[in-house]
Amino acid sequence: MIAIIDYEMGNLRSVQKGFETVGHEAVVTRDPAIIDRASHVVLPGVGAFGDCVKNLTQFGLVEPLRRSLSQGKPFLGICLGLQVLFTESEEFGSHQGLDIFKGKVKRFSSGEHQDKGLKIPHMGWNTIDIQAPSPLLKEIEPESYVYFVHSYYIEPVEPKIICTETTYGITFVSSIAHDNVFACQFHPEKSQRVGLQLLRNFGAWN
Amino acid sequence: MLTKRIIPCLDVKDGRVVKGVSFVNLRDAGDPVEVATFYDQAGADELCFLDITASHENRGILLDVVSHTAEQAFMPLTVGGGVRTLDDIRQLLNAGADKVSINTAAVQNPDFVTEAANRFGTQCIVVAVDAKQVTSPSENPPRWEIFTHGGRNPTGLDAIEWAKHMEAKGAGEILLTSMDQDGQQDGYDLPLTAAVSDAVSIPVIASGGAGTLEHLYDALATGKADAVLAASIFHFLTFSVAEAKTYLGSRGLPIRQVNGNE
Repeated sequence: MIAIIDYEMGNLRSVQKGFETVGHEAVVTRDPAIIDRASHVVLPGVGAFGDCVKNLTQFGLVEPLRRSLSQGKPFLGICLGLQVLFTESEEFGSHQGLDIFKGKVKRFSSGEHQDKGLKIPHMGWNTIDIQAPSPLLKEIEPESYVYFVHSYYIEPVEPKIICTETTYGITFVSSIAHDNVFACQFHPEKSQRVGLQLLRNFGAWN
Repeated sequence: MLTKRIIPCLDVKDGRVVKGVSFVNLRDAGDPVEVATFYDQAGADELCFLDITASHENRGILLDVVSHTAEQAFMPLTVGGGVRTLDDIRQLLNAGADKVSINTAAVQNPDFVTEAANRFGTQCIVVAVDAKQVTSPSENPPRWEIFTHGGRNPTGLDAIEWAKHMEAKGAGEILLTSMDQDGQQDGYDLPLTAAVSDAVSIPVIASGGAGTLEHLYDALATGKADAVLAASIFHFLTFSVAEAKTYLGSRGLPIRQVNGNE
């Protein structure tokens, strides 16, 4: 059973229904006992980085989350659920993340992007350039389109965790893969056929 | 490369699609959920619901429609119409909307946009700007002002300045409708669209006036819009989403084609 962690950072129904559509049972929960029992854990999230860390702490979810990561359970982070795995973010001042991976969360430079006529947030469909194979990308074509909506991106210290890159003014890391962890900046639950395939792959990942 | 977005828009009243949708292959073309699923499969990039229900008491019906849509269509959904309070936004997002469009409430209280962006994140706050040209066609440069209540109430606010103000207040996107062109099917207001696109550094969706595929191209190329919203041309199957995308791609715009390739 897949546990989707609910910490009041956005609607999780699409994620849950996405899994159900591809034949995987998923529950939305913030109960540590259910998270401990789950075979797979998903950390979604939209909104502000600071609120994300605050809510995870307030709901007592940081330890269950760390536990499931260290137990080697398949883990999927989406959007903020990717960013929060890193050391710190520069969103509205500096915020500490979970520091599972070394690196920073940075904002697209408004001046630089504006010079190129690029708007922020990076909103819409863009391609993923696959840098390393992952079981989650099975049957997903190189250069597939996925849906993004974000103003911040991750800058990992360790290049070996980079799974896909995407270009928007600059080339940034759009997903990472390391051991039992896959986390992406884009939204598989909003990415139609390609996104559902990724969710299908995650549910089948052991 | 980030692609330009094609966004069909459905007017929804008391939970039913109005202004007619003439899909031959739908069981119930008045059911927004069924129409949304159709557009999802047709490869639309996003979907927009505009709720024109007069009474706020019927809000529950809209929330049901949004939640059923989010369960069946795995694409971004923007919902607008009658959004007045933070609670309205919270309910729509919890039902499954990805973005919420604010119009009159932003004009009445610009700080509402800031409160909403701080609470829910700037990426889900769209400000709908309804603009009408107030200079005569011979006057140069042209000027546009903001109208509320479906174009009936003038506000005296300059549209370009207003769009910049809304960006500063925390809007993540501008949904720009030309009240002059809306429903005319003879093209988007290109000078207005280009002026707003140049003035802000957030994405702009052009709306009002689509009648041909060339109109879509003009709004994206000349108007510099990031996305185009259209209703009738898609609902009446004048053109399919796939035809529009093939055309726009052939004109050299970055477009996500329906088969998944650029």
